[in-house]
Amino acid sequence: MRNAFAEELGRLAAEDPRIVLLSGDIGNRLFNDFKERFPDRFLNCGVAEANMIGVAAGMALSGLLPVTYTIASFNTVRCLEQIRVDVCYHNLPVIIVGVGAGLAYSEGGATHHSCEDIALLRALPNMSVVCPGDVWEVRGALKAAFDLGTPVYIRLGKKNEPVVHREMPQFSIGKGITIRPGNDVCLLSTGNMLPVVVEAAEELARAGVSAQVVSCHTVKPLDTALLAEAFAKFTTVLTVEEHSIIGGLGASVAQWLSSGPRRRARLCCVSTPDSFVHQAGSHQYMRERFGLTAAGIADKALKFHLGGEECECEDENRSCGIE
Amino acid sequence: MNSSVNLSELEFMAKRIRGRVVEMSHKARAPHLGSSLSCVDILVAVYWAAMSIDPANPCDVNRDRCILSKGHAASALYAALAFRGFFPEDYLDSYVQSGGSLAEHPLPRCAPGVEAATGSLGHGLSIGLGMALAGRIQKANYRVFVVMSDGECNEGSVWEAALLAAARGADNVIAIIDYNKWQATGRSEEVMALRPLKQKWEAFGWSAYELDGHDLHALVNTLDKLPDGTGKPAVVIAHTVKGKGVSFMEDDNNWHYRIPSADEVGKAKRELGLS
Repeated sequence: MRNAFAEELGRLAAEDPRIVLLSGDIGNRLFNDFKERFPDRFLNCGVAEANMIGVAAGMALSGLLPVTYTIASFNTVRCLEQIRVDVCYHNLPVIIVGVGAGLAYSEGGATHHSCEDIALLRALPNMSVVCPGDVWEVRGALKAAFDLGTPVYIRLGKKNEPVVHREMPQFSIGKGITIRPGNDVCLLSTGNMLPVVVEAAEELARAGVSAQVVSCHTVKPLDTALLAEAFAKFTTVLTVEEHSIIGGLGASVAQWLSSGPRRRARLCCVSTPDSFVHQAGSHQYMRERFGLTAAGIADKALKFHLGGEECECEDENRSCGIE
Repeated sequence: MNSSVNLSELEFMAKRIRGRVVEMSHKARAPHLGSSLSCVDILVAVYWAAMSIDPANPCDVNRDRCILSKGHAASALYAALAFRGFFPEDYLDSYVQSGGSLAEHPLPRCAPGVEAATGSLGHGLSIGLGMALAGRIQKANYRVFVVMSDGECNEGSVWEAALLAAARGADNVIAIIDYNKWQATGRSEEVMALRPLKQKWEAFGWSAYELDGHDLHALVNTLDKLPDGTGKPAVVIAHTVKGKGVSFMEDDNNWHYRIPSADEVGKAKRELGLS
């Protein structure tokens, strides 16, 4: 996803001289092309994320369109107050791009994990939260974010994720994309879980269950029209995200669900637990621990749909042996 | 010194602003009076002498900018902007009134001339640096003044901004520190080891100037020669007295939060020669 981001940014920057890229001392080779083509519009802000966000806000107040880029946890939690006050309070066209969201930097340990970023940024007024599902959605999200003209957080995976779309989909912030139609269960995916969720739908098909897959790339604002339709058509809806059970897509949908009329479908949230990971391991290892695999998602969907079981997110988290 | 600047007019303007700020604090029951009074001369030097601005055209892309990073002194900024002609004086009557735009700390786009919302310390220098770097990208020739407090220099983000400004040679940034030696709960030197402040900024790659922050002649002269040709961003460390201009408030940190009574407003205005 990060390569697609860098390429698309270069393409857009060639069209719009207001676009500037601020990096938190990361992406040295990634941005070589950008730096060569637009040397005046690349700023390495060093390992100083709070200042980077403030600088971006100052640039936006002066008519530029800044993009800040660094590892998701550092570009959000580290500088949350600057995002809140400098960017959101002024409602500025600053795009905050977090790379390696969720568990993508699994080997780095929990300092580099980012499973709270959706929750924190979603709580900020004026902020849109967009989690593209593949490289095409990254390109679409970036273009749409510039067009929006207000604060956007774009939550990227890292690199070499499977591609889901065959071509550029119709991408609008706040509008989910149906990837695959289905009749029995609906799988709402956000961010880099999308290819895994598509695989889960294939597993479900082999088990005789028809699963619809939707890329809910925008967690804020929620696509409530799409949700209303899904919760009326299906009896089972799952949200899937590489993010904490607290405050992410699942929690957003649950909040929407609880404040509306009675709906047909029940909701089950597949997520990471409310805990830090205290073990080393690969991305795949961590996804397996939390059931964030095609088999894990399909299994949960099946149990929930056919067996009518309760969604036991919390119990399963405890069984993972997480402190 | 710029020959169009009349020092006695500036001194009178500073007194008017101080009188108005004391009244505003009393009427709105708003704190931070001591902090507002200490930066009045700085604001007068900036808005009446240093800045290239046209109050009738506050969004001119080539204007000089000023950010009051010590946002708790907003009453002084509001009064200065009103007297400088950015908005009618009677607008000041709405200070901290329910439903009004003039809060204790400036809201975004709350009045003509207010460049940024501040109130959480340590944000203004980064924003100002962003404006200054944007000016370079856009080939505009403006300067950005950032008025900060000494207590504000506790914030790590100030030093992040200082490092980046020096690395980029952003000499169109001019920080002015209202060094009144107090912060909310104590002497700024005792809370955090600020001294030697000038050398700290110099060590961070800035051109540093030190002066009496109530000496309008010194302020105007120093700001007039910035940027100074060294290619470095500049900081003016302005030694000030918290509560300046009202004898019974001067250097008394109780006036960080205390609200003046009607009698005290009268006494202050008499001292300032305003009644």
